[in-house]
Amino acid sequence: MNAVALPRALLALYLAAFFLFLFGPLLVMAVTAFNISAYPQVLPFAGFTLHWFADLPRDDDLMLGLGNSLRIGAMVVVLSVPLGLAGALLMHQVHARARALYYLVTVSPVLTPGIIIGIATVIFWRDLTGMTHTRFLYDGILLTVLGQSSFIAAYCMLIFTARLQRFDPALAEAALDLGASRTQVFAHILLPFLRPAVLSAAALAFLSSFENYNTTTFSILADKTLTTVLAGRVRQGTTPALSALAVAIVAVSVLGAVAYEVLRRHEEGRRAAAQRVAREAERQEMQSAAQPA
Amino acid sequence: MNSALLHPVVLLLPIAVIVAFWLIAAVERRLRGTVQPGFFRRNGAAVGTYLIVAVGIWMLLLILLPQVSMLELSFRPKLPPVQMGGPRDMYTLANYRYFLFGSPDDASHWNVLHLRAFFLTITVSILVTGFDFLLCYPLAFHMAQTARPGRVRLLLLALIAPYWVNEVLRAFALRILFAGSGLLNTALLGLGAIAQPVDFLGLNIGLYVGLSYAYLLLMIFPLYSAIESLPHEQIEAARDLGAPWWRIHRDIVVPFAKPGIASGCTLVFMLSAGALATPLILSGPRSLWFTPVVYDRFYQAFNWPQGAAYAFILLLTCVAFVLMVLRLSRLSLGEMTR
Amino acid sequence: MTAAVELDRVSVRFGDFTAVADVGIDIEAGEFFSFLGPSGCGKTTILRAISGFVPLSTGAVRIGGRDMAGIGPNQRPTALIFQSLALFPMMTVAENIGYGLRVRGVPRRTRAERVARLLALIALEGEGDKRVEALSGGQRQRVAIARALAVEPQVLLLDEPLSALDLKLRQHMRNELRAIQRRVGLTFIYITHDQGEALTMSDRIAVMRAGRIEQVGDGRSIYEAPQTAFVAGFVGESNALRGDVVQTADGEALVETPVGRLRGRNPRQLQAGDAALLFVRPEFVQPGLSADNECDAEAADFTYEGSITHVTFRAAGGTKLLAQIGAAARQAVPAPGARVRLGFAARDAVALPP
Ligand SMILES: Nc1ncnc2c1ncn2[C@@H]1O[C@H](COP(=O)(O)OP(=O)(O)OP(=O)(O)O)[C@@H](O)[C@H]1O
Ligand SMILES: [Mg+2]
Repeated sequence: MNAVALPRALLALYLAAFFLFLFGPLLVMAVTAFNISAYPQVLPFAGFTLHWFADLPRDDDLMLGLGNSLRIGAMVVVLSVPLGLAGALLMHQVHARARALYYLVTVSPVLTPGIIIGIATVIFWRDLTGMTHTRFLYDGILLTVLGQSSFIAAYCMLIFTARLQRFDPALAEAALDLGASRTQVFAHILLPFLRPAVLSAAALAFLSSFENYNTTTFSILADKTLTTVLAGRVRQGTTPALSALAVAIVAVSVLGAVAYEVLRRHEEGRRAAAQRVAREAERQEMQSAAQPA
Repeated sequence: MNSALLHPVVLLLPIAVIVAFWLIAAVERRLRGTVQPGFFRRNGAAVGTYLIVAVGIWMLLLILLPQVSMLELSFRPKLPPVQMGGPRDMYTLANYRYFLFGSPDDASHWNVLHLRAFFLTITVSILVTGFDFLLCYPLAFHMAQTARPGRVRLLLLALIAPYWVNEVLRAFALRILFAGSGLLNTALLGLGAIAQPVDFLGLNIGLYVGLSYAYLLLMIFPLYSAIESLPHEQIEAARDLGAPWWRIHRDIVVPFAKPGIASGCTLVFMLSAGALATPLILSGPRSLWFTPVVYDRFYQAFNWPQGAAYAFILLLTCVAFVLMVLRLSRLSLGEMTR
Repeated sequence: MTAAVELDRVSVRFGDFTAVADVGIDIEAGEFFSFLGPSGCGKTTILRAISGFVPLSTGAVRIGGRDMAGIGPNQRPTALIFQSLALFPMMTVAENIGYGLRVRGVPRRTRAERVARLLALIALEGEGDKRVEALSGGQRQRVAIARALAVEPQVLLLDEPLSALDLKLRQHMRNELRAIQRRVGLTFIYITHDQGEALTMSDRIAVMRAGRIEQVGDGRSIYEAPQTAFVAGFVGESNALRGDVVQTADGEALVETPVGRLRGRNPRQLQAGDAALLFVRPEFVQPGLSADNECDAEAADFTYEGSITHVTFRAAGGTKLLAQIGAAARQAVPAPGARVRLGFAARDAVALPP
C-alpha cells in the first residue's frame, strides 16, 4: 500500500478509536434516555421506557426556554443574514488596505470568546438605554439577539463572501446594459444568485443561535433559553429527562438534515437533466453545422 | 464625568475607525487613478443606503461600541449609584491590580486563586489544542488525500453529526460517562482494572477530555480543507524521490496546510480558553477555570468594572495567541481565516 | 448616411496604463463595423466605453448625435453582447429575452408577444420555458442576441461572441450573425482577434494595436493595402524583408534587402535612405515567375493542404521566404532541395516603415 498512508490495520484501529471517542458518550447518553432508572445510567438497564420523553412537554421551565430559544433564533436569522450580506457586499467594494481593516473588524467577533461578547453587549446596552431613557429596551431576549448577531453575522458574511467569489460581474453588467436600475440588478440578479447562500446562512444562524450558551448566559439577564435552562439543570444534578431532550433534539436535527439533503439532490437532479439536454442539443448542432449549407 | 452614562471617550474609537476607513479608501481611490462612479451611483440609492446602514449598525452598535464600553468600564471604580459621576469616579487601574494582587492597593501578595485559574486555563487550552491537532491530523490527511470520495462523504457526515447536539448536552453526556457510577467506572471495576471507582470529575480528567471533545470539529475542518487542496502529485513526487513518510509530512504537507493548521489551532484555543459550559459542568470542585471566575465577578461579586477588567484580560490573551500563531506561521489574518 | 456612433478622440487610462489612446472613428448607421487586434490591445475597453461601463479619460462618445457623457449604461441606446454571453442562469430562456422589456415596464402580454417573435427569429420557437443550462453553445449564442435585440437598441455591441464555440459552428454562426444584421438593419460593432471573422463579416474594420487605431477601411483595403507594418504582419500571412530604401519613383520604392534589390509600392512616401520592411504575401510568390522582383532560393520545407501547398524557401543570407502554390499550378511545386528562381510583381509588394 501507500507508504505515506498509515498501514491498513493501524488506520482501521485509529478510525475506530476516533469515532468511538466521538460517538461513545452520545450513545451512552441516548441509551440512558430509555432506561427506567431514575439516575441516567446504562447499567443496570432496569427496563425500557419512553416516559422521560413523555415528561418533557410538562416541564414548564424547559418549554419556556424552548420558546425563547426559537424566538431568539428567528430574530437572529432576520437580523444577522442581512447584516452579513451587507458586510460581504461592502467587502467587495473596499480595496487593499481598507479591506484589511474592514476584515479585521468584521471577523473579530468570530475570534472573540463568546462570554466577552455577552459581557460587552450587556455593559454597552445598559449604559445606552440608561442614557437615552429607553430602559424597556434593556431586555434579555433583545440583548441576546444583538449579542449573538454580532458574531453570527460574521459567519453569514463568510458564507456570502465564498458564494460571491463565484459571481460573474458580467451578469450584473448585462442586466444594467438591458436597462435595469441598480436596485433591480440587486433584486433580480444578485439576490437570486445568492439564494442558496441565504438559505445556508439562515440555517447556520438559527442553529448557532439555538445552541449558543456562552454569550447567552450573560446577555439573557433574568430570562432563560433552552440552553441556559439545560446548563442549570445539569449543574444541579443529572436526570434521564435531559438525555431524552438531547435525543429529541438530535432526532429533529437529523430530520432537518435529511430534508435538506433531499432538496439538494432534487435540485442537482434537475441541473443534471438540463445538462443532458444541452449535450444532446450540442450534438445535433454539430451535425447540422457539418452539413453543407 | 458621569458614570451612569456612556462616556464620550467610548465614542471616540468608532469615530476614529470610520475616519480611518474613509481616509484609506480616499487615498486608494486617488492612487488607482480612474474616475470610478461614486458609491451610491454604483449601488443605487436604496441598496447603497442598506449597505451603509447595515454595516454601520453591525460594526458600531454590535462590535466596536460594546467592546470599547467594556474596556472603558474596566478602568472605573465600583461605586454605589449615588456616587457615580461624583469626585470618586476617576479612571483607575484598581481592577487590574486586583487581578494581580487580590486587593486594589496592597501589592504584597499575589492573587494566587485568580492567577492560578488564569494560567491553568491558558496552559490547559494550549495542551488541548495540541492534543486535538495530533488527534485530528491523521484523519484529516486520510480524508483529504488517501480515502475514496464515497468514504470521505460518509466520514464528513459522521463528523458533523455529533455537533447537532449542543455543547451543554455533550458535556452532560461525558458527565454521565465519567460519573462515580458511570459506565466507565462500571466497566473498569468489572474488568478488575481498579478496585474502587475513580473520581474522574474531581481529578479534572472529565474537564480535559470534555474540552478536547468539544471542539474537535473546529480542528478537523480547517485541516481537512487545507490538506485537500494539496495536489496529490506533490506527495507522489516526494515519494519518488525517496523521502520517508515522516519527512513528507514535515516538509510538504504541514507547510502547505499551514493556514488550515493556524486557523484550527486559533479556534480551538479561543474556544477552550473561553469555554464556560464545559468547565461548569465537568470540572471538580477544586479546579477553577478562568471563565467561571469572570462570571462570578458579575453575578456573585456584583462588581461589573472588575468583571470587565477580567474579561478584557481574557480577550488580550486570545489576541496575543492569535498574534503568536500568525507570527509563528508567518501568515496574514486574511490568509488564515480564508 | 449619418454617423450612428462617433468616437471623438477617446482615451481610457487605468492609473498609469493607457488602454485606449486617442481613438477617433465615425461608425455609420446600419454598418457592420469590426475592431480587430491582438489580445490586450484595448478592444473590450472601447466597447465598454461605448456602452458606458468604463469612464472616458478624455474625448467623447456620441450616439445618434447625442453626447453620452454622464449617461449610465442602463440609459444608453446600446446593447452589449458579452464575451461570456452572461445569460442569467436564474431565469428561463423567455425570461432572459424579455428581461430588458420587463425592467422597462412593458406589460406582460406585449412582452410575451415580442419574446415569441424573437424566439422565432433565432429559430427557438417553443423553447422559451427551457433553462439556459439546457441550451447548446449555439443556442445560447442566439438567445444572447435575441435578448439584446429585444430592447431595440440603436447599436448592438458584440465582444468576441463566437470565441467560445467550436470551429465548425463558429463559421456557421458567422453567416447567421451577418444574416440577422441584414434582416434587422442595425449598426453592429463587433470585436474580434480573429481576422477571418473580421474579413468575412464586416463592412469596415479598424485594426488596433496597443490602444491605438492602426488603420481603418474595408476588408479589401486592409488586406491588400496595409498602411503600417503591423497591419501587414497581423492581417493574413506575409513575408517581411528588412532593408533600406535606395531609390523611389512613380509611387514605388526600391529596397536593398539581403536577397537583392526588390521593388514594391510606396504608400507612405519613404525616401531614399529610410529603413523599410518590404511585405509580400505568400500567394504572390511563385517559382519560375518572371517579374519585377526575382531571387534564387532553395526549397526547404513543404506543407500539403489539399487546395494549396505551402513551401518554405531558403534564400541568400538564410532569409526564409514562404510561397503558396495553388492546386491549379501544382506542377510548379519544386522537388525538395531544388534550387529555383522565385518571382513576384512590384504591385503585389509593399514597402512600409518598420
Ligand atoms: N479595469 C481595468 N483596470 C486596469 N487595467 C485594465 C482594466 N481593464 C482592462 N485593463 C487593461 O487594459 C488592456 C486592454 O484590455 P482589454 O480587455 O480592452 O483588451 P482586449 O483587446 O479586449 O483583449 P482580449 O482579446 O484579451 O479580450 C489590458 O492590458 C488590460 O490588462
Ligand atoms: Mg476582450
